[in-house]
Amino acid sequence: MITAALTILFHGLAFAMVLYIVSVGLGITMGLMNFANLAHGAFAAAGGYVVVMATRSLGLPFWVALPAAFIVVALAGAVIERLVVRTLYGADELRQVLFSIALLFMAIAGFTVAFGPLQQQPEIPAGLSGQLALGDVEFPSYRAFVIVAGVAILAALWLLIGRTRMGMRIRAAVDNRNMAEAIGVDTKLLFTLTFALGTGIAGLGGGIGADILSITPTYGQEYLVLFLIVVAVGGLGSIFGPFLAALCIGVVDVAGKYLIPEFGAFFIYGVVIAILLAKPAGLFGVRS
Amino acid sequence: MKSMSASGGAATPSGAATPSTWRGLAMGRSGGDLAIATLLGLGALATLLFGEAYWLLASQVAITMIFALSVDLLVGYAGIVTLGHAVFFGLGAYTVGIASAHLGWTEPLSGLLLAGLVAAALGGATGVLVLRTKGLGQLMLTMAFASLVYEIANRAKPLTGGADGLQGMVIAPILGLFEFDIFGLTAFLYTLAVLGVVVGLAVLMTRSPYGRSLVGIRENRVRMQAIGTNVQQRLLSIYVVSAALAGIAGALLAQTSQFVGLNVLHFSLSGEILIIVALGGAGRLWGALLGAVVFTLFKDRLSALDPAYWYFWLGLLLAVIVLFAPKGLIGLVDRLLSILQRGEVR
Repeated sequence: MITAALTILFHGLAFAMVLYIVSVGLGITMGLMNFANLAHGAFAAAGGYVVVMATRSLGLPFWVALPAAFIVVALAGAVIERLVVRTLYGADELRQVLFSIALLFMAIAGFTVAFGPLQQQPEIPAGLSGQLALGDVEFPSYRAFVIVAGVAILAALWLLIGRTRMGMRIRAAVDNRNMAEAIGVDTKLLFTLTFALGTGIAGLGGGIGADILSITPTYGQEYLVLFLIVVAVGGLGSIFGPFLAALCIGVVDVAGKYLIPEFGAFFIYGVVIAILLAKPAGLFGVRS
Repeated sequence: MKSMSASGGAATPSGAATPSTWRGLAMGRSGGDLAIATLLGLGALATLLFGEAYWLLASQVAITMIFALSVDLLVGYAGIVTLGHAVFFGLGAYTVGIASAHLGWTEPLSGLLLAGLVAAALGGATGVLVLRTKGLGQLMLTMAFASLVYEIANRAKPLTGGADGLQGMVIAPILGLFEFDIFGLTAFLYTLAVLGVVVGLAVLMTRSPYGRSLVGIRENRVRMQAIGTNVQQRLLSIYVVSAALAGIAGALLAQTSQFVGLNVLHFSLSGEILIIVALGGAGRLWGALLGAVVFTLFKDRLSALDPAYWYFWLGLLLAVIVLFAPKGLIGLVDRLLSILQRGEVR
């Protein structure tokens, strides 16, 4: 009984952390720029592919591949933001949704051509491939690393957003963009940096979470509903909201699938509908 | 050139009245509507007479047109963005499928009606909840409801056949006279007839004060409220109508293919139909219809080659449309016509 509960909690936490790492950037960019980016998952997949390529083809260590994924995807995000996404700030929701779907489709086609349609696994360092014994229960140590990484990223974001000058500017612009511009915040640069940061973290999440959300060309479409759910439930422009939302959804989903497998993903959607109806702006939403 | 300009110049004063008479009958403010309607009509006629090999594809096109129309009414006219409209399409398909395979309800016309009613009922139930939210929350709710129903259909194997699809459907001849044939002639004419009725209704609806009030809500919700429109009730009613039309489209697909697969409920269908509407031109009935034709034909050609290429070209086309032609294909047709007209007058 306790073993089952611990197992559910552990795997639920690991799943939740992957959801969080991938989704948190989406929430920040949506809150700041009001841009509904349905292609966010494609950036996570790109990060996954960077880690796969770096560890499998180039033979680089995992610990080098992860920062590489962040940097490569963040740069790609910055370029795309500068070239096209920028022109769609302030456009109506339908156009943003459609443009990001277009981006997603092109990414799917590109990944399929470049890496083939099959699932790809990065090479995990030997130190993380074993089991971790906790009393008489055993857990895969890689998943313990995923949990630690999720908490570390939450802490890093909290420091960045809450304690640095850039974070202060981001918070100011989320709360009141006109006012922030009026007192001299360069929102153009801020938007590019934030978009790069958000996509970069997603790339990191894609790489770290490849064990749980497997890297395939359609990654960005398959898990899109999950990422959007985390953001919508957690609230836009918040870093703690998505964390709690991911925890809720990760644990509820794993528990539901473990205890009542025939109901599948019912629980997730049920919980989401209930939360959104009770709080349309999400748990910690700055705005809806 | 000279004679053309002379006749063009003479025709302009009296000629100006002719299009407006047409507009009064069925069309919108621009010539694009009429041009597209003529083109589509000729296309249907040519397919009927010479395109025997394309009858089945043509019925698919007609079904997609009905579905696109239902989404255009919701997204283009009333401004409610949905990422889960496949739920109504799929529900309509499963309604006639289950009624036929499990209950022996094989009569097609009453099946359509039943599908429309069931989809409308779900539209009413979820619409009340969806319309309480706005923006991202609304997108999420439509998506969550659609995912929930997909999950249910996937799990309810005895009823729906799950991932294998629903087999064993039988559809009786239409009106007891016209049996569904292997060439798809009956299917083509049947879907075309339903499409005709739906387009007629949609044209009437969008030109009525009711339709104009929806556009008003899309453009300025607060002002419409201020002049006494019951905004919430209008939005709910169009949500229900749109759900019913999508359900009828889904039912047509089930009847003409005599099979229902889980893909009728999938998220990618919800995305595709939104793309179709935007491609043709959201907020314009003839735009959505044109978009459905172009999209289905392209998909048929390109996805036969390689699905990856299809995704790439679809993405590229969509990006170009969103960035450079936000009014869609019908906007391009309008522009082309106005260039031609100006050339003629000069």
